[in-house]
Amino acid sequence: MVGLALIFGGLFFVLVSSLGLIRFPDFYTRSHALGKSDTLGTMLVLGGLAAYGGLTLSSFKLLLILVFVALGNPTATHALTRAALRSRHEMWGRKRDSEKQ
Amino acid sequence: MTILFLSIALFIAVLTLVPVYRMVAGPTIYNRVLGVGLMGTNAILLLALVGFIYDRIDMFADLAIAYAILNFVGVVAVAKYLERRRGQP
Repeated sequence: MVGLALIFGGLFFVLVSSLGLIRFPDFYTRSHALGKSDTLGTMLVLGGLAAYGGLTLSSFKLLLILVFVALGNPTATHALTRAALRSRHEMWGRKRDSEKQ
Repeated sequence: MTILFLSIALFIAVLTLVPVYRMVAGPTIYNRVLGVGLMGTNAILLLALVGFIYDRIDMFADLAIAYAILNFVGVVAVAKYLERRRGQP
């Protein structure tokens, strides 16, 4: 029962991250939606599945994936966003006078 | 209980259409790589759910571990490559 509650909580956050990816205006805001919301949703769904499966080796593997996603997903998003910032990727918003064509 | 996990997997599979749209229509390569990352994360969830549907979670958990590592390494490698490259994307 705890597992099902965690799974449905995680599905909400996965839905929110997909919504952010399709509705936000530029790259930085989209990576903001993915870096946090998708990580939390994946962690909740995997934790719910591990709690539903019980105390087995497979649940331990699912918890291992949970830890890896919690470490790796924000790192990947941060590396990608830093690469975009260093190559002066265009931001959303009003242009300054010096940048107008 | 199988039908519940099947509907959850179907929900995540429909949500995976969003990063596919972002991969096809994304304005620059950064948006496309972001879509690849979200699709990989959804694929991890789908693999775990398919393992519960077919009652073979011992096999599908290993597949999900491999997919998580490949997804992370792929996105970080593309990010480092784009960071080294000067000029416009």
